[in-house]
Amino acid sequence: MDLDFDAADEVFRAEVRDWLAAHVPSAPLPSLETAAGFAAHREWEATLAADRWSVVSWPEEFGGRGGSLLRWLVFEEEYYAAGAPGRVSQNGISLLAPTLFENGTAEQRARILPAMARGEVIWAQAWSEPESGSDLASLRSTAVRTKGGWLLGGQKTWSSRAAFADRAFGLFRSDPDADRPHRGLTYLMFPLDAEGVTVRPIGRLDGKPAFAELFLDEVFVPDEDVIGEPGQGWRVAMSTTGNERGLTLRSPGRFTAAADRLTTLWREHGAPADTALRDRVADAVIGARAYRLFSYRGASHVLHDEGGPAGAASSLNKIYWSELDIALHETALDLLGPYGELADHAGESPSDGGWAEGYTFSLAGPVYAGTNEIQRDIIAERLLGLPKGRR
Amino acid sequence: MRFFLDAEQREFARSLDGLLASCDTPAAIRSWADGDHGPGRSVWARLAEAGVFALAVPETYDGFGPLPLELAVAFEGLGRHAVPGPLVETVAAAALLDRLADERVAADRLPGIASGKSIASLCLTSLGPYALDADLADPVFVVEGDTLSVAAGSGPVQPSADPGRRLSRPAGGTVLARGPAVTAAAGYAADVAALATAAQALGVGRTLLARTVAYVTQRTQFGVVIGSFQAVKHRLADTLLALEFAEPLVHGAALALAAGDDGAGRDIAAAKVTAGEAAYGAARTALQLHGAVGYTDELDLSLWIRKARPLRDAWGTPAACRARVLAG
Ligand SMILES: Cc1cc2nc3c(=O)[nH]c(=O)nc-3n(C[C@H](O)[C@H](O)[C@H](O)COP(=O)(O)OP(=O)(O)OC[C@H]3O[C@@H](n4cnc5c(N)ncnc54)[C@H](O)[C@@H]3O)c2cc1C
Repeated sequence: MDLDFDAADEVFRAEVRDWLAAHVPSAPLPSLETAAGFAAHREWEATLAADRWSVVSWPEEFGGRGGSLLRWLVFEEEYYAAGAPGRVSQNGISLLAPTLFENGTAEQRARILPAMARGEVIWAQAWSEPESGSDLASLRSTAVRTKGGWLLGGQKTWSSRAAFADRAFGLFRSDPDADRPHRGLTYLMFPLDAEGVTVRPIGRLDGKPAFAELFLDEVFVPDEDVIGEPGQGWRVAMSTTGNERGLTLRSPGRFTAAADRLTTLWREHGAPADTALRDRVADAVIGARAYRLFSYRGASHVLHDEGGPAGAASSLNKIYWSELDIALHETALDLLGPYGELADHAGESPSDGGWAEGYTFSLAGPVYAGTNEIQRDIIAERLLGLPKGRR
Repeated sequence: MRFFLDAEQREFARSLDGLLASCDTPAAIRSWADGDHGPGRSVWARLAEAGVFALAVPETYDGFGPLPLELAVAFEGLGRHAVPGPLVETVAAAALLDRLADERVAADRLPGIASGKSIASLCLTSLGPYALDADLADPVFVVEGDTLSVAAGSGPVQPSADPGRRLSRPAGGTVLARGPAVTAAAGYAADVAALATAAQALGVGRTLLARTVAYVTQRTQFGVVIGSFQAVKHRLADTLLALEFAEPLVHGAALALAAGDDGAGRDIAAAKVTAGEAAYGAARTALQLHGAVGYTDELDLSLWIRKARPLRDAWGTPAACRARVLAG
């Protein structure tokens, strides 16, 4: 148990830091949940990719650096500490790519991954449906066999950034007669501008329009865009959810950077006599440290092949980061007092690094990527061995 | 970079666990609470044989420490089994004497601690007026201001919420050392004590969770085991979550202390408040999910339930720890 980075890791860290110092835009980009911001962020992805910083943990042939999980964590720490822009390619990189690495064909990887790494093709996740949220396996959108491929039909919803994205990946019912809801699902990819696709943007809580619902009417998808075996979609998809909940969606760097900003805010605006607020600041700072160490321990296990925090353990991560994120932001708003309610674009907002937008976004954390209630069920049943109850 | 226990450390934890499982610690605590230290002392002797106290003592004085991480591992085990006695105080006293760098005092006292012959207690009056188990410990060290002394006796035992903790005021004494070296050594000892207490709390929490999980999978109401109710499951999931995220803080703080990091005190404070709150939360959950039987002292579980709150507050209250985290 040493928790020391070796010299090569430190060299890597310095290289990341130097590159970011030279390239991070001096003024924050507009929100990536808006059309203009989306375009600006897409350009930023290209800038990252040009120097192979967009996907450090991927193999070099796909645009990465073949970095270990540890290197990726270091990269993320530096990335957030530098105040670099949010990643518009996130869904593709952290959800679709791991699925392709695990279940895709060589052809799919070669076709899809480099373009994803360069930000040329931005992906949306089309899992949820109006009637299928927590009970995802009840989904009803269909994939019907046709010559050379499949015809998709039905409705998907709550698809992040689908209003501006290029393509989507999702689950469809290909065998309506399967004996269990989890069976007979197929995992497919489709273009959002294909014939038969209607994208309707939905304003989020903060009014930003990038969320969308998708209406699918006989959308043709060729066989090469099926991931894994037809009918095995659930199994394929479940290999992705661990990623979504766990480390790769929310690296600790994001929270340590926020905790540092919160500490600064406390030093500047905090009243020493307000010990109640001080305690919350301390708890948020401690929470970020705990999440960081928990993540490094998980990475140590993976790196030393001791069985990582896979599967159900990622549910621990999911609950922890989502609640930590809210605590960090609520505390910051309280510190800002009467200015806390100002939106970031309000001219007089003293909120430097996006506490207002960050707060609104943090509120979604316990809902998306599987609600925290569902995660608690998973922890209780799979980690504590409690019996399945009525759902 | 490696941040999990290695095979040797895990083996140490396993063998300590096996040793303590064979000790009937609940019976030892109950006797301890009645002032009969016999069974507790024999547990203490076996711990000494396993090398637990030597972990706090440097090699020059017959120990093989100081090894903060191994101490944390050991104290988690002591908490799991709710071992009674001034365990934390003994290792903290060793840390104090080691840091004092007074060869005569160290040679006089440390070998006895390493071998288990000497059960020590420690009272830093800046943190509170009581010494734990002063009626049995020999010696009882007291730090007041910049003065270190050995108490001559102790006042009457003040019952604690935890029957296994016997508190009294040290009285009188002989001065051993004076000056800034004492203040510095006492600060270091308080850090070691806070770290060991955090680890002990973690162990207490782990046992509370394990026993509660076992109970809810066996107790039925409304025709089903209560562990199938979602309100029950979610509370236990939260308990696990709190303990799982406290553990790396404890280990990380031990590593920082071992490395002599500047921020070690802050890391220990973070570990202490988190492990303390996690264990206390586990105690609240254990009591609630056991229903009325959880409120009885006949159930051995009560020995862990009643430990959690004092451990949360000993050697650094949550408020003091949080303040320290932000002190920079
Ligand atoms: C910001 C944001 C981004 C999102 N992005 C995407 C995306 O890109 N792609 C996509 O496919 N989806 C996305 N989602 C949708 C998300 O995955 C779903 O919202 C989520 O799975 C919950 O489904 P639901 O909203 O239908 O809620 P419901 O399932 O209807 O749940 C409503 C409430 O009931 C509770 N509940 C339901 N069942 C149980 C149970 N068995 N036990 C206890 N409580 C229960 C839930 O926990 C929740 O609190 C996003 C959501 C948000 C908020």
